[in-house]
Amino acid sequence: SKTYIFFGQLCCNCLHAVGGVWPMPQISASSPEQYPLNPEAFYFEYGRQSEAQPGCSVLDAAFKRYFSLIFPDYFPGDNLSVCAGQASLKAETVWGALRGLETFSQLVYQDDFGSFFVNKTDIEDFPRFQFRGILLDTSRHYLPVQAILKTLDAMAYSKFNVFHWHIVDDPSFPYQSQTFPDLSAKGAFHPMTHIYTQTDVQRVISYARLRGIRVLPEFDSPGHTQSWGKGQSDLLTPCYKGGTPSGAFGPVNPTLPSTYQFIARLFKEVSSVFPDSYIHLGGDEVNFFCWKSNPDVRAFMQKMGFGTDFTKLEAFYMESIVNITSTLNKTAIVWQDVFDYHERIPEDTVLHIWKGVPYDYTKELSRITKAGKRVVLAAPWYINHIAYGQDWRKSYTVQPLNFSGTEEQKKLVIGGEVCMWGEYVDATNLTPRLWPRASAAAERLWSDEKQTSSVEKAFPRLQDFRCKLLRRGIQAEPLYVGHCRHEYQGI
Amino acid sequence: SFDLTCVWQYLLVELVAQSSRYGSLWPLPQKVQLSDVSFKLTTSSFRIVDAKESSAGPSCSLLQNAYRRYYDYIFENAKKSWQAKGKRTGPSELGELQVWITSADSECDGYPSVTSDESCLETFSQLVYKDEFGTKNINQTTISDFPRFAHRGILLDSSRHFLPIKVILANLETMAMNKFNVFHWHIVDDQSFPYLSRTFPQLSQKGAYHPYTHVYTPADVKMVIEFARLRGIRVVPEYDTPGHTQSWGKGQADLLTPCYAGSKPSGAFGPVNPILNTTYDFMTQFFKEISTVFPDAYIHLGGDEVDFTCWKSNPDIQKFMEQQGFGQDYSKLESFYIQKLLNIVSTTNKGYMIWQEVFDNGLKPDTVVHVWIGGATDEEMHKVTGAGYTTILSAPWYLDYISYGQDWQKYYKVEPLSFNGTEEQKKLVIGGEACLWGEYVDATNLTPRLWPRASAVAERLWSAKDVTDISDAFNRLSAHRCRMVERDIPAEPLFSSYCPHEYKGV
Repeated sequence: SKTYIFFGQLCCNCLHAVGGVWPMPQISASSPEQYPLNPEAFYFEYGRQSEAQPGCSVLDAAFKRYFSLIFPDYFPGDNLSVCAGQASLKAETVWGALRGLETFSQLVYQDDFGSFFVNKTDIEDFPRFQFRGILLDTSRHYLPVQAILKTLDAMAYSKFNVFHWHIVDDPSFPYQSQTFPDLSAKGAFHPMTHIYTQTDVQRVISYARLRGIRVLPEFDSPGHTQSWGKGQSDLLTPCYKGGTPSGAFGPVNPTLPSTYQFIARLFKEVSSVFPDSYIHLGGDEVNFFCWKSNPDVRAFMQKMGFGTDFTKLEAFYMESIVNITSTLNKTAIVWQDVFDYHERIPEDTVLHIWKGVPYDYTKELSRITKAGKRVVLAAPWYINHIAYGQDWRKSYTVQPLNFSGTEEQKKLVIGGEVCMWGEYVDATNLTPRLWPRASAAAERLWSDEKQTSSVEKAFPRLQDFRCKLLRRGIQAEPLYVGHCRHEYQGI
Repeated sequence: SFDLTCVWQYLLVELVAQSSRYGSLWPLPQKVQLSDVSFKLTTSSFRIVDAKESSAGPSCSLLQNAYRRYYDYIFENAKKSWQAKGKRTGPSELGELQVWITSADSECDGYPSVTSDESCLETFSQLVYKDEFGTKNINQTTISDFPRFAHRGILLDSSRHFLPIKVILANLETMAMNKFNVFHWHIVDDQSFPYLSRTFPQLSQKGAYHPYTHVYTPADVKMVIEFARLRGIRVVPEYDTPGHTQSWGKGQADLLTPCYAGSKPSGAFGPVNPILNTTYDFMTQFFKEISTVFPDAYIHLGGDEVDFTCWKSNPDIQKFMEQQGFGQDYSKLESFYIQKLLNIVSTTNKGYMIWQEVFDNGLKPDTVVHVWIGGATDEEMHKVTGAGYTTILSAPWYLDYISYGQDWQKYYKVEPLSFNGTEEQKKLVIGGEACLWGEYVDATNLTPRLWPRASAVAERLWSAKDVTDISDAFNRLSAHRCRMVERDIPAEPLFSSYCPHEYKGV
């Protein structure tokens, strides 16, 4: 939905005007004419003709939140006077209003005496892509709820709107399931301290909702499930060495009815716990070695007429669980492997492109959209891969629609995602590793590409935005040498 | 130097994800004798005390502070410790750790020097573990320890980014946990001059990122020095010249060389101007102050990466080169400057350290040479020690060069004495430093970037040469990392894992 912010007329590209907004708004005009803001007198108000009015939880909370962001360190006195000037923010839904409030908050600045100002400005804004996500991995390392909430705050500042919660994986199963409590009791790093209770999960969801962020849960299978087997015996495939079980386990066992009963019951719970209409089912990096070694699996392959093509077995499993998902009235998102191995998935399933070098993700974009499927692009934004220097530039210069395909095909790219896989990341280093590098991708996903093609022009704006993040308590790391007025003081 | 012999009796075998027989000891002591006999420690009766025979007593604030600090580490800042005075320790309880300073001069109120070594309090604290009842235990142990290298340093750069005092202090704390004993403070450089000089206050007034919020006052500097002293850490300041001095010129006109474009000044400035007497007058006064502010016996004078372009462009300098008979060899001019600088600093009775270029460019000063250039490091070490110089190694330990994955292993695998050389030559290598240059680092990401990667360097510089088992190191370092997190240091993870107490700050 579009949002409009009206103040006035002329164009001026300085950091006190729209240059100071990150991501760059689609259409904007501002002038050097300054209006002072008085924290004693300033207030947010619902327009008379607005469908939303006091009682709208999302906006009531947002007004409070943005007041503090605009006037940091300010404590209100008891007078409230009516201000002469007025600004207007129009949006179709509350979600658009949230984005507009964020933009407005970034237009306000302080002079050297601490007085607040905003320049006369006119903004019409909307995102280029509707899916702008961040992936966090809470299995390789447990992330305390506080760390997740902090990330959601920072996401809102960059207008990210999807939190892809890669909540479980091989190393640990922190999600405390009501239907299958043993999954976390046996599969979490520690069953008391390293879990997400239902309350924790609801806290994350509601915190995200108030910031206009969707929570997309991922329960990745049939691979990446070692921790599932700890609390659910017979779920994983026993690997064989010669004629006997080796003691190790492989991917989920796709040959047993009990597997699908389990998945159905687990997903029923997940569907009701997570309100988003999408669920991420994973489906990546399935190692066939264990399936091959197991005689029962081989027998099943024969029975099904799959021969020795294990991609068919994987397809069989994925189709079954996508169907389960459909009956629960959810739409599935899956990693690109599912498409690469076979194509029989429902029309509306979204494919998640993640394979980078040596693979060519632009070719994958062409292939998948040619088959008429929607796509989310993550491959160029695996920012868990760190390197020396200003690697934010790589994220910034990605061109998501630069692949060979028709206009119709390009419309199928619904957005992108920044991935922060957790092998080397936990609460000690998550925030500086994520910000402001993720913000570079944020602008690529929100703003007009032509207006934001220059890395040189982006650098001072992103540096300034990073200082804003610091001011707001986000421990964003520096882009390069320099300083902010207010440095991060803690350790 | 003093001998610090801790009289203790018990060793630890701690359970970690994959447990090492050495538990979570880091760096690994020279000699460790383990046992399974365990003893309990309780807050109500355990004390750390001076042994009767010790030359240090209650007036030694350095030790008293340390006893309290390590008591807090051991009992995880347990607020409640009910005072059951006169309670006798049970047969399976460890009642006290006696600390016995054996030298006649305890050096309590002095400053650490290159020959100081200690830190068995840290080792003791690493032996304590929690049993399944949550009780603190320690196993019967005998440890004899000393560092392989005497100079074990960390370089922090507070010029590319200002580093608030809190983060400097937190890192000194962490250095102590890792037995680092030198804080190499690269305090000023091109980008900013945060050091508030009382002789030349305009240096920071004009050269700091902000003259009030981004400076180190004399009180700040004193605090860092004292905080370090209480942890046995030397503070070696670096005032790098003649290159890396852009910020100096803001507050000290005529210090830097005016660059020329053709026959006219271009407006830009280059390295310190080596031909003016005013330069040396300034350096004399400046280093006089530095020598009184910083008590360490050494000052690092830099001398790296001097770009000759500006000197070459300046007609006065060209004339000077002719007069001196240097021809077109500007490294001779650099050596000329450095020699005069060394003479000035000598009069303050300090020793000095310089980066390797000074040696490479021909000067043969009486100094410690700091080897930092990657590539032909072994050759350089061979050359420098061959010429008889005391050497410090940093080249393989530039921790600001981050990369994806477990790069701590490559720092761990470095063998400082792997170069070709005689025994005598190798003795000249007094140690090394892990460097965290500040182009991409400030308080937001410094601590996780430095730790536990620097811990790999810590063990390489402390432990015996044959301590090279990477998987044992992984197990011990994982536990050591969790311990740093427990002590509120956001040391980043080595790999997928968990700590019983995760980092609480956000």
